[in-house]
Amino acid sequence: MRHREEPRDTEPDLAHLQDRARFIRSETVRLAAIAGAGHYTSVFSIAEILSTLYYRQLHLDPQDPRDPDRDRVVLSKGHAAIGLYPVLADLGYFDPTLLDTYTRLGSPFGDHPDMKKVPGIDFSSGSLGHGLSIGVGMALGARLASRSYRTWVLLGDAELNEGQVWEAAMSAAHFGLGNLVALIDNNQLGIDGMTRDTMAVEPLRERFESFGWEVQRVDGHDVPALLAAYDALPGTSHTAPQAIIADTVKGRGVRAMEYSPDWHVGNLVGEDYDDVMAEIAAGLKPLEARS
Amino acid sequence: MSDQDTTTLPEGTTDTDAQDQSDIFNGTGQAGLRNARSSDGNDVRAIPAFVFGEELADLADVDPRVVVLTADLARANRAVDFAERHPDRFFNVGIAEKNMITVAAGLASCGYVPFAATFASFAALLGCEQIRTDCAYPQMPVRVVGHHSGISMGFYGTSHHSPEDLGIMRTIADLTVVCATDAQHLRALLRASLDHPAAMYLRLGRGRDRDVYDEVPELTIGKAITVRPGKDLTIIATGSEVEPSLRAAESLAAEGHDVSVLDMFTISPLDTEAVLSAAARTGAVLTVEEANVTNGLGTAVAECLFQSGLGQPVRFRKLGIPDAYVPVGPPAALYAHYGLDAAGITKTAKEMLR
Repeated sequence: MRHREEPRDTEPDLAHLQDRARFIRSETVRLAAIAGAGHYTSVFSIAEILSTLYYRQLHLDPQDPRDPDRDRVVLSKGHAAIGLYPVLADLGYFDPTLLDTYTRLGSPFGDHPDMKKVPGIDFSSGSLGHGLSIGVGMALGARLASRSYRTWVLLGDAELNEGQVWEAAMSAAHFGLGNLVALIDNNQLGIDGMTRDTMAVEPLRERFESFGWEVQRVDGHDVPALLAAYDALPGTSHTAPQAIIADTVKGRGVRAMEYSPDWHVGNLVGEDYDDVMAEIAAGLKPLEARS
Repeated sequence: MSDQDTTTLPEGTTDTDAQDQSDIFNGTGQAGLRNARSSDGNDVRAIPAFVFGEELADLADVDPRVVVLTADLARANRAVDFAERHPDRFFNVGIAEKNMITVAAGLASCGYVPFAATFASFAALLGCEQIRTDCAYPQMPVRVVGHHSGISMGFYGTSHHSPEDLGIMRTIADLTVVCATDAQHLRALLRASLDHPAAMYLRLGRGRDRDVYDEVPELTIGKAITVRPGKDLTIIATGSEVEPSLRAAESLAAEGHDVSVLDMFTISPLDTEAVLSAAARTGAVLTVEEANVTNGLGTAVAECLFQSGLGQPVRFRKLGIPDAYVPVGPPAALYAHYGLDAAGITKTAKEMLR
């Protein structure tokens, strides 16, 4: 994150961005313990995406959350909000101690984000398949008002089963919205198992390209690769909408959760909690080979 | 309409009834609107669906927030009249109603006041979750416009009927539900909607409704309009049923009955004050709506009456469409079938006046 007036010529601090990804994971574990349940693995797959977006890429001003020129972010996979709230608190959108109310009666922070209650949330989400349409509306709004902000929509791969996503994809290309970015968290898992077994979404690149989008595909846990993908985006007056397919691993960063459908929602207690916190603090290890 | 079509019409209906539906998709009709006549032979001048685009274009001339979306029905709802004058603020999303409503919500989050229009059956049933989750819950000032509502699509059948929309929309929190009575009333509603803070569902007829209002009425969203005073019975009607209710009241007056008619154009939030004062004044309430009687206007009024602790008995009936699928038929024949025309309303009212 930087203020939109701030020049962009500094080198990214990769160690800091990786540290913030660890912070996103550990805060998710901490908040899930307050609720007694949480979407750990859906956040772990996007920790580097959130870190690179919010601590480097986006044009935002936490002191002015409604700045009409700010970049827009739609967390279409709203169940990952538990990992976004700590980022917004860390950036100064609200007092971080408020997070201690997470999911308690009357808290602004539910499992899915509410734009009317949480500063920094650009649109409420939770029902999968809606976010890209919201993004199309925001991108059209930018065009109508001659504003140069970019709209980013973060979707899960299994979410692409929803038909409305493709209605939105069609319309984004038809309306020439090069100021719209769909970031696909291709973590390969839905609730019932591997996306390819439940309802396959590949070939993703070809599907988006055939809908008129320009597509990049990157390792979604590789911080420099993500930054390079953002840098490669054309200017916002471009007419082809932009997709970044981020190949990720659901549960990345905690070995027992990687590729596991059993941790879509879970609750870590006792020694497990401490062990997971220690594993997260140690940083990403190479992935284990999978059968 | 071909001759073959008219041979399949129910007994007692005429060739004109069939032509009543010829205009639905292209918005002009083979017969030409200037010559349009309703099934009982009266001139049809007020065309609510057709002032929709023109009125919004006028509003957009002075209000940069106004944008219009439709789903391949720009001619049916006359959004084309808006598109001609404000092409940059008109978005046709094709046959993708869910996308239309959610895109409208995204636009609303950027400060626009989007009007998203399609047939009521698709707006309210197909787009129900988008209306709830993307418009009402985040308090986006989206105006979802469901036109050709109720049974006004006649022989196009159940897929194109929307008797359920009022009942469904009424249960969504922070959604204002309003019905247009006629062309002038629709203009008033569109104007009043611009600064209304909540998401709205605007229910329009088929563009053949006859005039109730000679000029654009003064109105406040959430407040009923007394279109006829009376002391023997109050007819509380909405949308397309206000006009036949008025005609019923007129014919009852000729027989010595003093019947009041309220235009309850806001279904949610209901004007409970108007309901209770009407019940106290006349002691008899008849609700009339072109909607399923389960959870529509009549239910809302009944809830209000039963919970009010009104210190007097009130005769009450609700007239509408029963909770069953509607047979195929020209609109005028269907209104007669359900007693939703002036004659039917008169008959029910008389039973209550005995």
